[in-house]
Amino acid sequence: MTPEQALDAETAAGIEAGAEAPAARDARDQPLVDTPSGGRNQSLPVVSPEEPPKGARIHWRTARRLLGLLRPSRWRMAGVIAATCAFVALNVAAPKLLGDATDVVVAGAVGGNFNQAELAALLALVSVLYLGASVFSWIQGSLTAVAVQGLGYGLRASVERKLHVLPSSHFDEQHRGDVLSRATNDVDNVAQALNQLLNQLIMSLLMLTGALAMMLWLSPVLAVIALVSVPVSTLITVPVARRSQAHFTEQWAGTGDLHARLEESVTGHEVLKAFGRQEEAAAAFREGNDKLFRASARAQYVSGVVQPLMVFVSNLNYIAVAVVGALQVLAGALTIGGLQAFVQFSRLFSQPMGQIGGMLTLVQSCLVSAGRVFELLDSPEIEAEDAPQPAGKPTDPAAAAAAAAAALAPQGGSGRVVFDHVSFGYSPGSPVVQDLSFTGEPGQTVAIVGSTGAGKTTVVNLLMRFYDPDSGRITVDGADTTEMSRDELRARIGTVLQDAWLFTGSVRDNIAYGRPDAGDDEIAAAARASHVDQFVRALPGGYTTMLGNDGDSLSRGQRQLISIARAHLAGRNILVLDEATSSVDSRTEAQIRHAMRELRQGRTSFVIAHRLSTVRDADLILVMDHGRIVEQGTHQQLMAKGGLYLKMYEAQFARREHRNDVREPGE
Amino acid sequence: MLIGLMGRLLAARKGTVLAIVLLQLVQTTANLLLPTLNAAIIDDGVVRGQVPAILQLGSWMAAVALVQVAAAIAAGYLGAVAAMELGRQLRGELFAKVQSMSSQEVGAFGAASLVTRATNDVTQIQNLTVLVFTMLVAAPAIFVGGILLAIHQDIVLSGIVVAVVPALAVIMALIVRKLVPLYRQGQDLIDRVGRVLREQIIGANVIRGFVRQGHEIRRFDAVNKDLTQNNLRSALLVAGMMPLIMLVVNLSSVGVVWFGGHRIQSGQMRLGALTAFIAYILQILIAIMMAMYVFMTAPRAAASAERIQAVLDTVPAITDGTGGVAPEGHDVEFTDVSFAYPGAEAPVLDGVSFTAVSGTVTAVIGATGSGKTTLLNLLPRFLAATGGTISIGGVDVRTLPLDALRRLTAVVPQHSYLFTGTVAANLRMGAPAATDEDLWRVLRSAQAEDFVRRLPLGLEAPVSQGGTNFSGGQRQRLCIARALLREAPVYLFDDSFSALDYGTDRRLREALAPLLRTATVLVVAERVATIVDAGLILVLEGGRVVAQGTHRQLMESSPSYREIAASQLVLEETR
Repeated sequence: MTPEQALDAETAAGIEAGAEAPAARDARDQPLVDTPSGGRNQSLPVVSPEEPPKGARIHWRTARRLLGLLRPSRWRMAGVIAATCAFVALNVAAPKLLGDATDVVVAGAVGGNFNQAELAALLALVSVLYLGASVFSWIQGSLTAVAVQGLGYGLRASVERKLHVLPSSHFDEQHRGDVLSRATNDVDNVAQALNQLLNQLIMSLLMLTGALAMMLWLSPVLAVIALVSVPVSTLITVPVARRSQAHFTEQWAGTGDLHARLEESVTGHEVLKAFGRQEEAAAAFREGNDKLFRASARAQYVSGVVQPLMVFVSNLNYIAVAVVGALQVLAGALTIGGLQAFVQFSRLFSQPMGQIGGMLTLVQSCLVSAGRVFELLDSPEIEAEDAPQPAGKPTDPAAAAAAAAAALAPQGGSGRVVFDHVSFGYSPGSPVVQDLSFTGEPGQTVAIVGSTGAGKTTVVNLLMRFYDPDSGRITVDGADTTEMSRDELRARIGTVLQDAWLFTGSVRDNIAYGRPDAGDDEIAAAARASHVDQFVRALPGGYTTMLGNDGDSLSRGQRQLISIARAHLAGRNILVLDEATSSVDSRTEAQIRHAMRELRQGRTSFVIAHRLSTVRDADLILVMDHGRIVEQGTHQQLMAKGGLYLKMYEAQFARREHRNDVREPGE
Repeated sequence: MLIGLMGRLLAARKGTVLAIVLLQLVQTTANLLLPTLNAAIIDDGVVRGQVPAILQLGSWMAAVALVQVAAAIAAGYLGAVAAMELGRQLRGELFAKVQSMSSQEVGAFGAASLVTRATNDVTQIQNLTVLVFTMLVAAPAIFVGGILLAIHQDIVLSGIVVAVVPALAVIMALIVRKLVPLYRQGQDLIDRVGRVLREQIIGANVIRGFVRQGHEIRRFDAVNKDLTQNNLRSALLVAGMMPLIMLVVNLSSVGVVWFGGHRIQSGQMRLGALTAFIAYILQILIAIMMAMYVFMTAPRAAASAERIQAVLDTVPAITDGTGGVAPEGHDVEFTDVSFAYPGAEAPVLDGVSFTAVSGTVTAVIGATGSGKTTLLNLLPRFLAATGGTISIGGVDVRTLPLDALRRLTAVVPQHSYLFTGTVAANLRMGAPAATDEDLWRVLRSAQAEDFVRRLPLGLEAPVSQGGTNFSGGQRQRLCIARALLREAPVYLFDDSFSALDYGTDRRLREALAPLLRTATVLVVAERVATIVDAGLILVLEGGRVVAQGTHRQLMESSPSYREIAASQLVLEETR
């Protein structure tokens, strides 16, 4: 048993009424991972997804894998490197030639033999070099942009495809935000950082080499002076970067903490007001806010010190070069043009050094994000199966769509469902359903009732193959479900699940979700049968009204009704209603029940409900208790039997003295 | 919007801002002086062969560099603190505003969006502030300083700078004008990608159930492509802009050598000016790039500023009353009360009148969407009635201070929300001084004693955010216990028994009855069985009270009530 179930076990004395608790539901959706011991003290979520991967080794592996993603663009990257080399060569040669041009000017000023033609020729050459440098820089930047954006696109696509093959447990309330954050913020961060890194890092490294080579060629003495700045810069940058890293971590942790505090007081703001606790909430918020302020201010100014210090080192270097260079010119070891060129080179040398220092933080944050994305991509999938699923690798979306369309094609068969001695547990040793056997004949309605934790929703999960049985088999029209692909199986089943899910789009599109080719008249017919029509007509845009934000412009009950219309229209030969009307008031529910009679004709329907009035019409009622079917039969048979069903019934309808006041609705 | 918001925040820190500007000016001037001194080394030292002059000017340069680094670090420190203070202030203002908002106002923004605005969007403003302090102050100073010094070196040669600057300005203006809308569109596309992913995560089982993965993949692919294309377009623009600016600047240094060379030959210019000039042009280039960077970050921050300002501009509809009259007794009276959302065609509640007498239970029943919860929320003024009056003990609730009003009511909300902490901390929310015995007493009444006792840590058992480590039924009972501990004269139960099985529901009601003997109790319910004993039952339909009375009276007189009862007690008929 999962901890939540254990906690809830005492509720099982009666019948769980009302919406099934999300926590309990999530617990049942949990596969093997989260429940090693099933201990009671594990009532808090064990996962801490915010923990960034630690250690240099993990970073190296992440970095290698990230670069591996550039493989499809390897020719483009080769082009980037070639263009960068050409750019650096030209950009390094140009100042040297400009220095030569200055020497021509100096020769004219000092010696009186001003060679205008030579100056013109040199300057023309320099212009061509600069033009070439710009062209190569443009090629380099464009190729990088294409490669990096392609990588971002691929990464997002892989993450999205991964979502379709992750087990349902990944989407419970605790993980949802984290998965979402990885798929958007982290992917985005990787793409942005990588764009900057690939552009600047390659450029800076090559620029450093080129400038150094030219300086050595121009004046070895000055080059040595310039080189001194390398260890000096390193000595300054590394400790500062290390300290600021700690502050940055603190800042991110502080942001997460404040996020949690905010989330809590905004979500629970009504309760806070009701109990007059705004002051306390404000104080808690202030504390978090102050902590975040201190951490981020510290991170900001510690890391902000690096840049001025690097400028300072670069300036000292500049001064040394200017002074020593001037002395060298006097000694005749260097020309004035040479000195001017050298000054330019020393700038070209110290600038990328500063940039590389600044990029350290960027590299860190990029790798942390990439690590989080890879972690998501590597998480275990639902078991692979015979039919190819769109797995982690990007496949052609058109092909995937075609496969889905094929799966959606009408299936033969009548929808006879047989559970044959089925047992299953989410974790080994604690079976949730045991030795379950029953048959749903076409045209029949099979109802499943029982207390929380009795295994009702698990039956649906097994039928839909969200999970597979540990033993026994489930057949649909005589075929073992584990031998069909999941999609093929699900294409026979229309479902209305407890959490009525609507996506951004029109009411019409939401109803037609299971059958996109349906005509307007069919949609309207399904809507009428599900009591959706009346309230949709009252909406400002009727069936074209856009629903946004999980459809929160509608009440929970209305959302459930749209889900029913969706299943209605999908016209599958097996129908599953899992607490489909739990949030609809009982009168509307009674009306829907009448409308559904027609829908159930010729189909096998499964109904899970806590309200016994919902299941009263069923042809077969299965009463479940602790994973077993303890009673089965029609309502009359079960009432006559005087067992658990009767007890549940009496608990729900204990006020017998009113029985004579009650009439059947509409009959 | 961005300028207004930042202007207001920066105006409050005039001293710091002034200090930062001064320090940045010092820093920039020092940086610009270095090439000038370098020119002097060439002219006074190298050309004249004066070693002492070279060394003296060299030490001057070192002194200037020291001033520069000191000023830059000081400016950086002040800027960091000021920017983060500004972030803290914005977050604080947003939090205070959200606390003063009604549920309706919070709902209009959405809880998730409010949290994002107070974190992510504030960070955007904060980042821009850092950039403004470090770059936007320095960039124009370098730019103007560079031009001035160039003119000082040689007026005629400065003509090149004068020609180059407009060229750069045109290139920049053209590209930024294309970039800004692209960036803005990019933000929207990121939102859209997030929205699709969010839906796919929440609706995973429905997508799988209807085998629509292919459709979802195509849907995502469309937005993914749009986003990639948008990103690529802006990245290509930036990739094209930088080489263009570099080319213009580099070619101008070629021009400097050509024209400068001729002016030196004719003796109109000194040799050192040539080197200095090239350095100035580089400085101007850096200034332009810095400004570019700020301009490119600004559109994102501007979007954030709009989102923040929208929250700050919200005027809370519900404010403290000023009347000093204390209520006598605690009968609750609704007189012709109506409520409508702004712009909605139909009101949620329309002309609701009833009296809930203290010492009795008043129940509200009706279909999904009939306005039951709204009715309950009007009393503690979580929502403000748009018509009619509501009074407690003869005093209009609008005249009471909100705190006083809410001390009169104990609420068990429909959505059982618990806070991170312990069971005890959650229970003590409304009564911080309650002893452990008090807690056990209310837990017993709320039928929650058994499961709390079974928790390894009992009262000190941890509660995760929202109470998700408890089942729905357990959460409801803890919320009931929390309300009972308050011992307020008016109790509001909003569908508070829905997640309980029928047996627990009955036991709970039996336990509550003596506790609430003197209180005014309002109950919203779905089950007829829950409310048959109520002193007064209101039947709501489409926001109107269509019938009121006791269960027996309504069974006689109200067809609507009979239908509701029938739909639930229908099994009674079968024999």
